[in-house]
Amino acid sequence: MAELTHGDDHDHAGYGHAAHGHGAHDHKPGFVQRWLFSTNHKDIGTLYLGFAVIGGTVGGILSEIIRAQLQFPNNHVVTSGQEWNTIITSHGLLMIFFSVMPALIGGFGNWFIPLMIGAPDMAFPRLNNISFWLLPPAFVLICIGLFMGESGSGWTLYPPLSNATFEPGMGMDCTLFALHLAGASSILGAMNFITTIFNMRAPGMTMHKMPLFVWSELVTAFLLVLSIPVLAGAITMLICDRNFGTAFFDPAGGGDPVLFQHLFWFFGHPEVYIMILPGFGIISHVISTFSKKPIFGYLGMVYAMVAIGVVGFVVWAHHMYISGIDVDTRAYFMGATLVIAIPTGVKIFSWIATMWGGSIRFDTPMLWAIGFLFVFTIGGVTGVVCANAGIDEMIHNTYYVVAHFHYVLSVSAVFSIFCGFYYWIGKMSGRQYPEFWGRVHFWMTFVGVNLTFFPQHFLGLAGMPRRYPDYPDAFAGWNYVSSIGAYISGAAFLVFLYVCFRTFTSKEHVADNYWGEGATTLEWTQTSPPAFHSWLELPRIK
Amino acid sequence: MQVPKRFFAVRLLNVIPLLVGLVSPPAMAQAPRPWEMDMQPAFSPMKQGIIDLHNLVLVLITIITLFVGALLVWVCVRYNEKRNPVPSQTSHHTGLEIAWTVIPVLILVVMAIPSFRLIYFLDRTPNPDMTVKVTGHQWYWEYSYPDNGDVDVESRYVHDEDLKPGQLRLLDVDNQLVIPAGKKIRILASSTDVIHSFFIPSLGAQRYAIPGRTIELWLEADKPGVYYGECNQICGQDHSKMPISVHAVTEAEFKTWIEQAKKAASASPEQAPAKSLAKPNVLAAADATGSKEIQR
Repeated sequence: MAELTHGDDHDHAGYGHAAHGHGAHDHKPGFVQRWLFSTNHKDIGTLYLGFAVIGGTVGGILSEIIRAQLQFPNNHVVTSGQEWNTIITSHGLLMIFFSVMPALIGGFGNWFIPLMIGAPDMAFPRLNNISFWLLPPAFVLICIGLFMGESGSGWTLYPPLSNATFEPGMGMDCTLFALHLAGASSILGAMNFITTIFNMRAPGMTMHKMPLFVWSELVTAFLLVLSIPVLAGAITMLICDRNFGTAFFDPAGGGDPVLFQHLFWFFGHPEVYIMILPGFGIISHVISTFSKKPIFGYLGMVYAMVAIGVVGFVVWAHHMYISGIDVDTRAYFMGATLVIAIPTGVKIFSWIATMWGGSIRFDTPMLWAIGFLFVFTIGGVTGVVCANAGIDEMIHNTYYVVAHFHYVLSVSAVFSIFCGFYYWIGKMSGRQYPEFWGRVHFWMTFVGVNLTFFPQHFLGLAGMPRRYPDYPDAFAGWNYVSSIGAYISGAAFLVFLYVCFRTFTSKEHVADNYWGEGATTLEWTQTSPPAFHSWLELPRIK
Repeated sequence: MQVPKRFFAVRLLNVIPLLVGLVSPPAMAQAPRPWEMDMQPAFSPMKQGIIDLHNLVLVLITIITLFVGALLVWVCVRYNEKRNPVPSQTSHHTGLEIAWTVIPVLILVVMAIPSFRLIYFLDRTPNPDMTVKVTGHQWYWEYSYPDNGDVDVESRYVHDEDLKPGQLRLLDVDNQLVIPAGKKIRILASSTDVIHSFFIPSLGAQRYAIPGRTIELWLEADKPGVYYGECNQICGQDHSKMPISVHAVTEAEFKTWIEQAKKAASASPEQAPAKSLAKPNVLAAADATGSKEIQR
């Protein structure tokens, strides 16, 4: 994709030698100034990544509680149905808004968009700071809802269950307000990304020379800017229904519960692409790097992502096939949803074609990338099953759906996060991860998540509803297997924490481009870690 | 009404469960079975249609997944660093790119045609023999028979301590939804509090019960038997404790039952017949007071 020219002597200051040539510029501010008032895209990216680990840890503890409760029928790990509902609600919201999104968008996006397009920082550094700092209070509010046990509506927040009659506690308001804050954070971040990518590319880097990761973040940012305001509108109406006597969603006052479902899923469906598109970008880079080949069908890859983003906005009611919408409406949404399989297929085949004819190395990042291709294919094809409105009458809200969306989000998105972590941790920290423990982490996770989620397809087909704290005894077998898988995945996360510990205490410092010839994007021309201020002079792209 | 049933792959796939010993002996009660890996067997034309389509789709997605898996294994074996030290730099192949766009389109069309037929078939029945109104409550179901006067049945799960031998935990109820087998039953689903979902796997029926709305669906049980279902939309703390049990009986039995129910209803208009048969339980008392504290 992007190649540097070396004609101009001044260019050298921009990469590699920046730390020496411009040592004065690499002066880092003090701790408080640097981390609390940060305007540096790399530091903010680091904050986001650390925050995602915290959010993921809390969400992960909740998933272990969920699986412990479901390990046996008539189990009493969780003592009340309300407590259970609050746990599953918080698990979903924490994983989406406080783990996957901060890692893929705030974390890797902030770190690598400026480095890859040759920009010194994001377009609005202070906006970037507040984007991050809106998240910790949102996280606290979610935890208040969790610990008060008052937000038991499911992450979809459907009224009437989430209104003041059926969920009267303040904890529910805290959860709703947390989503407002997290949403505002996402909108501000997305505006920043779009402005940066449109205006701050290095000379010569046209849109069609931009690395795929930057493209993926651009499409994601557009989805955020267009969908989050709809969520904000819906939860504002819900907050008004709860506290100020309006009846937007209350049939007794002329409102309509189904209206909320439309608004929620108009946001909610693009949201699932928001969580996976940046992962697509990371996977493209890793596969290209470790196959030592340029990405196959670059333009097809770009426009497949754009197509997924566009079509993703007109398929929302496939979450509502049994909400009593008209049969013609269902027919349309089914057709539109099936169409998404086509750009997704283009991406899968282009990744395999990138590997075809390559000279493939199997370092840890590549293991995660190949694992991603496999689990994403499974999650993708079960999506086609769910898209069928007829079949969906039997699997809507069952564990089949749980298995499907965990394959694409919990598994694929998380695989892409770990893929990005192992690929870039040397670049970000200057220290390399321990290869052996990286592989242990991968294989344990791969076995664990498949053991957790594959049997859930069977449970769903047999008719086990989701969000059940207890189930008929016939479902006991596969639930037991699924719980064992969850414990293995949980143990794998501990291995990940050990990998982090080993990495950050490592004495070994890595070179600028430690992956060698396959890594061709601009971040590999910077030192590892990059100077505090990078790209003081802009690179020129041929 | 004919179910779309002309799938070449269906016959082939039906053999697979036979091979792995998953076919159950014919049983009266249609409940999930231990270690079940597939959909519950069909006892209605709707479920038969759904299973046939699912079998077709399952064959297609299995082939696609195995194909992608095989390609992955092949590239990892053939194009690893040792066997292929010099990477090619090919990054375009127009024919290939067109092929992997057009072939999936064709597969989707093959899948979409029966899919569209199925959803129109499932939608509603034009000439129902009978109507039953299903109302979801926190946390029980109410079935009323508007074609048959005041008959109104409340259906609650059987508590663990009250389970009789042979009854299924979290599936059996005190009063079943009684319908005549072989008849087209129009169901009008609604709710008085939060959203519930009326879900009966073996009869291929599911719709939300939403307050302020009446949503139409239909049931048709092929033969007499008990068909279990569950509430399938989160509805509060006892979401998992409002199962559905449909008892399909012969037409003669149904007539006898409904006459008795009518008599009982007129004898004590305050109390529905089925309610009077039900054991007094804490939930019913709590519901009568309509108190808020039972929600949490």
